[in-house]
Amino acid sequence: MLSEDDRRLLHILSQDCRLTAEDLAVQTGLTADYIKKKIKQWEDDKVIAKYGVLINYDQLEEDRVTALIDVKVLPQRGNGYDKIAQRFQKFNEIKSVYLMSGDFDLCLIIEGHNMHEIAQFVSDKLSPLDVIQSTSTRFILRRYKQDGIEFHGEEERPQRLMITP
Amino acid sequence: MKQYLSPLALNLKPSGIRKFFDLAATVEDVISLGVGEPDFATPWVMTEAAIFSLEQGQTMYTSNAGLIELRRELSKYMAKHQGLNYNADQEILITVGASEAIDLAMRALIVPGDGVLIPDPSFVAYAACAEISGAEVHYVTTSADHDFRLQVEDLQMAYTPNCKILVLSYPNNPTGAVMTREELLPIARFASENDLIVISDEIYSDLNYDEEHTPFATLPYMWNRTLHVSGFSKAYAMTGWRIGYVAGHPDLIQAMLKIHQYTIMCAPIMAQVAALEGLKSGETAKQEMVMEYDRRRRIMVHGLREMGLTCFEPLGAFYVFPDITATGLNSEEFAEQLLKEEKVAVVPGTAFGPAGEGHVRCSYAYSTQQLQEALTRMARFVKKRINSK
Repeated sequence: MLSEDDRRLLHILSQDCRLTAEDLAVQTGLTADYIKKKIKQWEDDKVIAKYGVLINYDQLEEDRVTALIDVKVLPQRGNGYDKIAQRFQKFNEIKSVYLMSGDFDLCLIIEGHNMHEIAQFVSDKLSPLDVIQSTSTRFILRRYKQDGIEFHGEEERPQRLMITP
Repeated sequence: MKQYLSPLALNLKPSGIRKFFDLAATVEDVISLGVGEPDFATPWVMTEAAIFSLEQGQTMYTSNAGLIELRRELSKYMAKHQGLNYNADQEILITVGASEAIDLAMRALIVPGDGVLIPDPSFVAYAACAEISGAEVHYVTTSADHDFRLQVEDLQMAYTPNCKILVLSYPNNPTGAVMTREELLPIARFASENDLIVISDEIYSDLNYDEEHTPFATLPYMWNRTLHVSGFSKAYAMTGWRIGYVAGHPDLIQAMLKIHQYTIMCAPIMAQVAALEGLKSGETAKQEMVMEYDRRRRIMVHGLREMGLTCFEPLGAFYVFPDITATGLNSEEFAEQLLKEEKVAVVPGTAFGPAGEGHVRCSYAYSTQQLQEALTRMARFVKKRINSK
């Protein structure tokens, strides 16, 4: 179980991973030494898997397409879905692989430069695999919100009064 | 036209905040730390519930005391989270912000000439509401020596036999002070011994960063003599909705209800609907805001101490109340010069009563970027003053 302090620390890091151990010490009341040790441990244990940036590509003139591909597969004796999932995760094009409940078994998130590239990948690399029974590809058309950040429709909030009791 | 005014209205002093507000309005590009309200928008689940209710045509009056569903949910919430037991039918009144509850309490209790004990410094409305009802205000000085926690000895000093009401407000605006159960016990004894009614304004009770908040009415024998005042403005970021409540002995609440029904009728229905949703499903959003305030609180205290100011650790609300005497300036001079030189607005401590002298109130209901920028500018100002002394 995470302690309340550690939960707070991870929460702040997840919001802004550029903060130094000293900044984090000020903001949590923990010591910088403790924080350094803890972060090192989390990095070693792969609890902190990566330090990332959330980029809103819609703001750039970049060709970039993301698709969600639902895949129905034949589970394999002794391995269930693990073996096929591990095979999928090796592809650079596939950014995420999830085992899902519902009509399909695995959900893959694929990024490419355009729809054609992704369609090509599905027909060339995925569909021919014996274990795959069917796929359903859905393209993301617009990102409104991702990882808690609103990309659209967030106008500047009206100002508060400058001084209130 | 002034000859038509009652001496009461004529002599009522405008809030010290107002004066500073007018001054700040003359300066451009100000970074303000002067705001006494959250920077977050109301959690969307609550706003959405209100929008939905409006679409359904829920635009009528509610019962005077407020929607019974809201009072029931509030009764359950207080019992579960605060150990407070109030019956929804007779002992809870939904008001237009906690401010209305304070006014109602004063009006229902005060006979002109009664004394009202008010910790100093504190929120500007207590003394004004007491005076509007014809009371004599007795300030009880609190000081940085005790982290602005109310001391029973000081209460003793301010007390005279005509005193009938004691106002408490912890966590405190403007100081950020909190009081623990142990510290409140002697205050409770004092209230019993002197037969005082306690108006306990606990609007900041959810913004408590140290230990569990102790509601005053949960102390031994205090339920009968306490009017528990609170609201949704601070913890649920709902200031503009104007929604608060007061709970207490049915004799008191029912008397306040009479005044409320003639003067206000009822709190706005959409605000009541949103508040109800907040009690049911706003807890996570509230906790996230509390966590964020705590982080900012630490940044502020650290920053102020780094620049050479003495700053006790405020454990509640969203204010820091640093001692600025090291600069050689008084509260008003500090606030005015800081505004003009560095375009940072803070509120002079004296706006909250004479004991606020030597301090300024800095709100940390701002983004960390804004706080960092304000701290940088303040540090420049403070260092210049300290070095030239």
